[in-house]
Amino acid sequence: MSLRAKCAIAGLGQTRMGKNFDHPGPIGFAAEAVNLALDDAGLKRADLDGLLVNPGITWLNNPMASSSLQHAMGLGDLRLTATMNLGGATGAAMIMHAAQAIDAGMAEVVACVFADAPLRPPSPNKGDGGGSAAFYGFAQGLDAHYGLFGVNAQYAFVAQRHMHCYGTTNDHLGAVAVSERKWANLNPAAQFYDTPMSIADYHASRWVVEPFHLYDCCLVSNGGLAVIVTSAERAKNLKRPPVYILGMGQGHPGRDPLETLLSGAPIAKDTAFKMAGIKVADVNFCELYDCYTFTVLVTLEDYGFCKKGEGGPFVAGGAIGPGGSLPVNTGGGQLSSFYMWGMTPVGEAIVQMRGDGGRRQVAKHDVGLVSGNGGILATHSTLVLGSQP
Amino acid sequence: MPEFTKPIPAITPEMREFFDGARAGRLMVQKCDDCGRLRFPAHELCSHCNSTASRWVPVSGRGEIFSFNIMHQVYHPGFAGQVPYAVVVVELEEGCKFVSNLLGVKPHDIKCGMPVEVTFEKLSDEVSMPKFRLRAAK
Ligand SMILES: [Zn+2]
Repeated sequence: MSLRAKCAIAGLGQTRMGKNFDHPGPIGFAAEAVNLALDDAGLKRADLDGLLVNPGITWLNNPMASSSLQHAMGLGDLRLTATMNLGGATGAAMIMHAAQAIDAGMAEVVACVFADAPLRPPSPNKGDGGGSAAFYGFAQGLDAHYGLFGVNAQYAFVAQRHMHCYGTTNDHLGAVAVSERKWANLNPAAQFYDTPMSIADYHASRWVVEPFHLYDCCLVSNGGLAVIVTSAERAKNLKRPPVYILGMGQGHPGRDPLETLLSGAPIAKDTAFKMAGIKVADVNFCELYDCYTFTVLVTLEDYGFCKKGEGGPFVAGGAIGPGGSLPVNTGGGQLSSFYMWGMTPVGEAIVQMRGDGGRRQVAKHDVGLVSGNGGILATHSTLVLGSQP
Repeated sequence: MPEFTKPIPAITPEMREFFDGARAGRLMVQKCDDCGRLRFPAHELCSHCNSTASRWVPVSGRGEIFSFNIMHQVYHPGFAGQVPYAVVVVELEEGCKFVSNLLGVKPHDIKCGMPVEVTFEKLSDEVSMPKFRLRAAK
């Protein structure tokens, strides 16, 4: 009954990230990412029979984004497609659905892609947009009157409550930002590759919404990231070593996160770890969804890497940075590398699992944990990946 | 020169009784007719028992700061002269939460657990908005 190691990730395609204006809109980035992933796997467009799409914020108004991308790329005779949206949990969730469909005989080679293009090229007119506030600053009704705009502000409520209940501090949040920056400084593809950051730099960065500094928030980016999922059997005969999907699960608590200070990780973990047959201590490295530094703390607590409420002290000791006991977000994450919703952690996990990490490669990389998180800790997805079946 | 003001919420049919109450100086929330639980803002059904039967009832307007944030970024020109400003989540005595602003307290002096009570700010003949101010703890 288990899907353990039945399927594998066979291809990874990642466009240039960040202030990248190679395409006028998200579909161009999506197509580029899928084609890169096919090349990486040693496959052709005609080999694809499945396409799952998580549209970013700039094409969320396209209710059939996967059809639009299929037509744009000229992909004929697909047997599986869907436009999916669980927010930042979608990346891993797409891979789960691909694996289920492949196991059920409904498809053989499925591309899963996220792409977005919220940043505009620099304009000669000073102050002319280019930022993400126009897309992410939505509010209506009473909230707008009270000045509550955007996701940053909602997460800030939860972080502030965590601080009140558990004594979490900005030094703790800053430790996540600094740890991820150290990883980014080892990753040439990261937007902050050339820019080190100390805890003093973190404290000196401007406030976005307290308790979040600028460096507590993810780097809204243009780009696309795609993976190719296929059966473990087929993956063995392709260009790159298979990254086996050992376990997968989802968790959607449906409760007020302000009240519980919990993500969906405990639920998703239960399913995924059982399928993979692993315990927390078996995890060699983590790629955790980090829309904010705070999300990393909560996620570490909820998977049981530390006790509830002790995420702050856990990261403050340097545990998650290079040389620490638990490498987390080894490419710099969404805080220092790039923000492709739930696909950022998926992409980096594949790099690590294949041993392609260069200076940032972690020594032990047999079992990797990937998490996705969407809404205000509303959705959660877990993948346990393995270098061996 | 355009004069920017903060957004004034539209009076939607499902929130009509909230705005009627606020205009008369009463803080109104929805109460489930079946299980009696309170909810805010307006929802079609009770998340506890899924009943769709509800009425609007006045609450004390007393509560505590449950959480807050301090906004530094301007998303609407009506707030341009105001940053940094705080948005608070008040937990009412009766047990439901309410997003609002806290008057008379500097953003950096706000703390979770502060006792607060409701007051109303008149924006127009139709719309008054509940805001909160400090009260003496019992
Ligand atoms: Zn009820």
